[in-house]
Amino acid sequence: MFPSFLFIVIFSLVPIFESFRLSFYRMILTLPWLGQKFVGWQNYLDLLADPVARHSLATTVIFVCVTVPLEVLLGLAIALVINEPFRGRGLLRAVVLVPWAIPSTVASQMWRFIFNDRYGLFNYFLFGDRTELYLAPLADPQMALGAIMVADVWKTTPFAALIILAGLQAVPDEIYEAASVDGAGAWQKFRRITLPMIQPAILLAFLFRTIDALRVFDLVFVLTQGGPADSTNVLQFYGYKKSFAEGMVGAGSAVSVLVFFLALLFALLYIRVLGVRVLKAR
Amino acid sequence: MKSYFFPLWIVVIGALSLLPFLWFVLTSVKSAAQITAIPPQIMPAFHADFYRSAVSEHGLFRYLANSVIVAGSTTLISIAIGALAAYALTRFRFSWTRFYLMLLLAISMFPQISIAGPVWRILSHMGWLNTYQGITAAYVSLSLPLAVWILSTFFKELPYEIEEAALIDGCSRLQALSKVVLPLAAPGLFTAAILVFIHAWNEFFFALIILTNSNFQTLPVGIALFPGEYTMPWGEIAAASTMATLPLVVLTLLFQRRIIRGLSAGAVKG
Repeated sequence: MFPSFLFIVIFSLVPIFESFRLSFYRMILTLPWLGQKFVGWQNYLDLLADPVARHSLATTVIFVCVTVPLEVLLGLAIALVINEPFRGRGLLRAVVLVPWAIPSTVASQMWRFIFNDRYGLFNYFLFGDRTELYLAPLADPQMALGAIMVADVWKTTPFAALIILAGLQAVPDEIYEAASVDGAGAWQKFRRITLPMIQPAILLAFLFRTIDALRVFDLVFVLTQGGPADSTNVLQFYGYKKSFAEGMVGAGSAVSVLVFFLALLFALLYIRVLGVRVLKAR
Repeated sequence: MKSYFFPLWIVVIGALSLLPFLWFVLTSVKSAAQITAIPPQIMPAFHADFYRSAVSEHGLFRYLANSVIVAGSTTLISIAIGALAAYALTRFRFSWTRFYLMLLLAISMFPQISIAGPVWRILSHMGWLNTYQGITAAYVSLSLPLAVWILSTFFKELPYEIEEAALIDGCSRLQALSKVVLPLAAPGLFTAAILVFIHAWNEFFFALIILTNSNFQTLPVGIALFPGEYTMPWGEIAAASTMATLPLVVLTLLFQRRIIRGLSAGAVKG
């Protein structure tokens, strides 16, 4: 008990409070002689005034709003398939887990190769041998975010599928049997029994995926480095650059507090929207 | 609910999950000319050249060894500390048991960026940047929430009577834990260990900021920072990626059932 608490305090609780504190200070690693100076809300005001930061916030929100529903929807479809009994189900479940198990930087390099502008599979599937038409999705501000979304959906849909699968496994077979006796069709059973019963699992899938998508970093780091023209500069990458590349500790901390509250906001929103309905259904 | 199309769905899901990565694995054993060929060539020439140059020129084995050391020690320490915590949480009735579990859950949802800076400075003060113990300490605290959650769901399912009998027979608490509870909870420990190992093996963000010296970098960092300005060494990257992923794919294929159970234990029962 105590050792675990010690680790958590030193490496999680103290840091989060330290981030809160430093977000009100001016501290620049490259100019150490300035020391730490209390500046109140200045870092946050600077952040609001910075068009790059505002754009980064918008990019992150768009990323979350596109990828998470897709992942939950596809995850639901996969979960419905791998919940049915059939020969080789264990193997398919293991195969579905593969994208989840692959290190994210490996998945990133893999998609970078697929999206290559001269010999990537993406271009070959679109244009075949007509190499003069080949696109460079990762170098195009209009397409780069889309490419990262594709890679993210591929990598993380299995996780959503597993959460929903666990929900499906908890639905007792008797209910379906009773519904069959009463003459319910497949769609009715899905609509009236499955969906309401797995609503908590779907809520959890949304929650976990959203919080994870808000902190997307690895894919951006490898695929685009936030570019081209900041089109994929999500908040976690923006904050990383502020804190670690530019040494702007105060400003970086303000970004990290912002990401923290954004995650909290989404969490509360989901629990309110979906959670209330879940409670009513009980 | 099964229709005619059901087998088709199985094939589609399996192909979409596996083929992109299989393509990368095939790339690692192709010849240099095959990699850039249009139309793409599916059958590789089965060259081992890229593996050789990944090892000799890019230090693949060093990254591999670092990953094994870091992920291995993270797993051992997290499970040892996590088991103690989970045992205490499920066996003693603290008023704050639920609060502690909720705290762990909340911590596991922190965006990395919101703790990364201070963690970096703490490790820097301790002189632990670019050390195995530095990255391991950070990873242990990152994986403890997962470990404690999974272990406490497993410990809860063990009947208390067996332990009680051991305690009456004169075992101390720690003896009861090590001689009775742990052997019974072995499947749970193993499940938690697999998940913590995969997590530590794949982690990138903290490795990137804490390990700036390439002598200590783990595979994910090595793969992300693969040198290449104009022509990417795709063959070598694919070779290193295959090496980094192989242990995980083997683990997944072998322990699919445990992984699914562990992930859903952490998620749904909360």
